[in-house]
Amino acid sequence: MDADTMQTVAPIEIAQPREAPLSASGREAVFVTRGLTVSYGKAPAVSNVDLSIYRNLVTAIIGPSGCGKSTFLRSLNRMNDLIPAAKVEGEVHYHGQNIYGDGVDPVEVRRRIGMVFQKPNPFPKSIYDNVAWGLRVLGMKDDLDSRIERALTQAALWDEVKDRLKKGAFGLSGGQQQRLCIARAIAVEPDVVLLDEPASALDPIATSKIEDLMHELKNEYTLVIVTHNMQQAARVADMTAFFTLERTESGGHGVLVEYDETPKIFTQPSDKRTEGYVTGRFG
Amino acid sequence: MAVDATRFSLTLSRRTRRRKLVNLLMQVLATIAALAAVAVLAVVIISVAQRGASALSWDFFTKTAATFGQSGGGVADALVGSLVLVALATAMAVPVGILIALYVSEFASPRIADAAKLVLDVLNGLPSIIIGIFVFALLVIGSGQAAWKGSFALAIIMLPLVARATQEVLALVPSTLREGAMALGASRWRTVLGVVLPTSLGGILTGTVLAVARAAGETAPLLFTTSIAANAVTWDPRQPVLSIPIDIFALAESPDPADHARAWALGFVLISFVLVISLTARLLLARYRSKLER
Ligand SMILES: Nc1ncnc2c1ncn2[C@@H]1O[C@H](COP(=O)(O)OP(=O)(O)OP(=O)(O)O)[C@@H](O)[C@H]1O
Ligand SMILES: [Mg+2]
Repeated sequence: MDADTMQTVAPIEIAQPREAPLSASGREAVFVTRGLTVSYGKAPAVSNVDLSIYRNLVTAIIGPSGCGKSTFLRSLNRMNDLIPAAKVEGEVHYHGQNIYGDGVDPVEVRRRIGMVFQKPNPFPKSIYDNVAWGLRVLGMKDDLDSRIERALTQAALWDEVKDRLKKGAFGLSGGQQQRLCIARAIAVEPDVVLLDEPASALDPIATSKIEDLMHELKNEYTLVIVTHNMQQAARVADMTAFFTLERTESGGHGVLVEYDETPKIFTQPSDKRTEGYVTGRFG
Repeated sequence: MAVDATRFSLTLSRRTRRRKLVNLLMQVLATIAALAAVAVLAVVIISVAQRGASALSWDFFTKTAATFGQSGGGVADALVGSLVLVALATAMAVPVGILIALYVSEFASPRIADAAKLVLDVLNGLPSIIIGIFVFALLVIGSGQAAWKGSFALAIIMLPLVARATQEVLALVPSTLREGAMALGASRWRTVLGVVLPTSLGGILTGTVLAVARAAGETAPLLFTTSIAANAVTWDPRQPVLSIPIDIFALAESPDPADHARAWALGFVLISFVLVISLTARLLLARYRSKLER
């Protein structure tokens, strides 16, 4: 595709962010990845990523299916350790320490860096116990009730469930279950919350609740969200990273194309592939 | 325009009629085969019940065998003995079986897991008489019979059943649940104990119950390990005890026709126990499935 055709395309309608996006300048980097490559078996899924993620911002990761967004996200809290074939090369510095370095305990990593998954995955326990379980495991047993109330309130779920805390979590709607999973993740007071397409299984109203929530949560936490929905990225994210699939003879692997402040990515991307993607013409 | 009358005809031609006939025949044969299986079960239960009915009485359940030459007496020692044997075998097999299943499904590499599953299947296929002889050689020679040695042999039979059933329900637990727990900063072990095992409890219970049903009817492993017992009710696992299957065998060999009736009655008790327990297992499994799918 050449530059001429690109200019004839009408500028896409950018969803208005709910509040002015914050800038990364002067912020502390929570994560700095250097030459991060994650492979399954021999084939790299995502290759050579250098990316910094800043404190108290929402960072969105966008890109076509299979470009390694989830793989990248899962490498930030060593979730890929659970997949025997996954191999990580390069470094992920978290507040200056390489989380893949010697002597680092992956359980401790995940305790600080929580995760919310694409499909709501509440435990087959009561609503109360879903939130309480992590607290008990981590020994945060003092004031259990008030911790649970605070987490559910932060997750904008308290009012809907306060009268049925002892009921099973499977009785909740999909959107409520996802907010319960968010409550569960933030109850243990992590530093970072990673969200992998947290709203993709939800209807627009539930989605909008989750988006509101992210605006609330970023005051306290650093959030990284993978999303397929570009409007969503534009609405919630301060920074956006665009990944794409780079084809090679032996298949293909994901690469980071461009990483910048969200308005810049959506209005003046500096890479043609980014522009192609955000305007809906896959590059 | 001339229309080919047969082309769109909806009635049967000769060929299709034959096909339909064959179809019907196969269906009838298959149904008969299925009914035959049910019939065999029904005939066994009814005839066992009929022949044993005369022996069923209060004494039958509460007394031990009458001394030679006297009438009356019961099988209380065999009933208690089986209870002791199976309870003890369950206590040995279930924890170990669950641990094996946890190892296979949660901790072992896929290759080792496959090998372990194969070993369990082979163990499950071992003739029970072989297990009986093995335990005889290992524990009985030199020190004599005891209930716990019989239980040990039964436990070897139950072990693969419990382990395989548990391992299969553990495989049903969605990996997203494990990830959810691990993402909270729980160790693997805490995840297994706190989330994976409670989720699979229904299935584990089902496997256990089926293994109990199987163990209750096993005779061969008990022949060498706990078959020569005093004519008295004992709960002591260090003593040899009588058991339902061994007693059925002994009563059937007796010259006294009243003993034959007792053998049938005892058989009926065993069948009822196995039936009730299998039905309970099915019910539990159905409930567990619907709970997981909800
Ligand atoms: N557990 C796994 N084992 C082997 N290969 C995997 C595994 N998970 C992902 N992959 C491969 O890695 C590549 C990247 O997958 P990933 O799930 O990270 O993509 P994604 O960008 O999140 O895609 P989507 O938007 O569809 O979720 C894909 O080619 C995928 O097939
Ligand atoms: Mg993904």
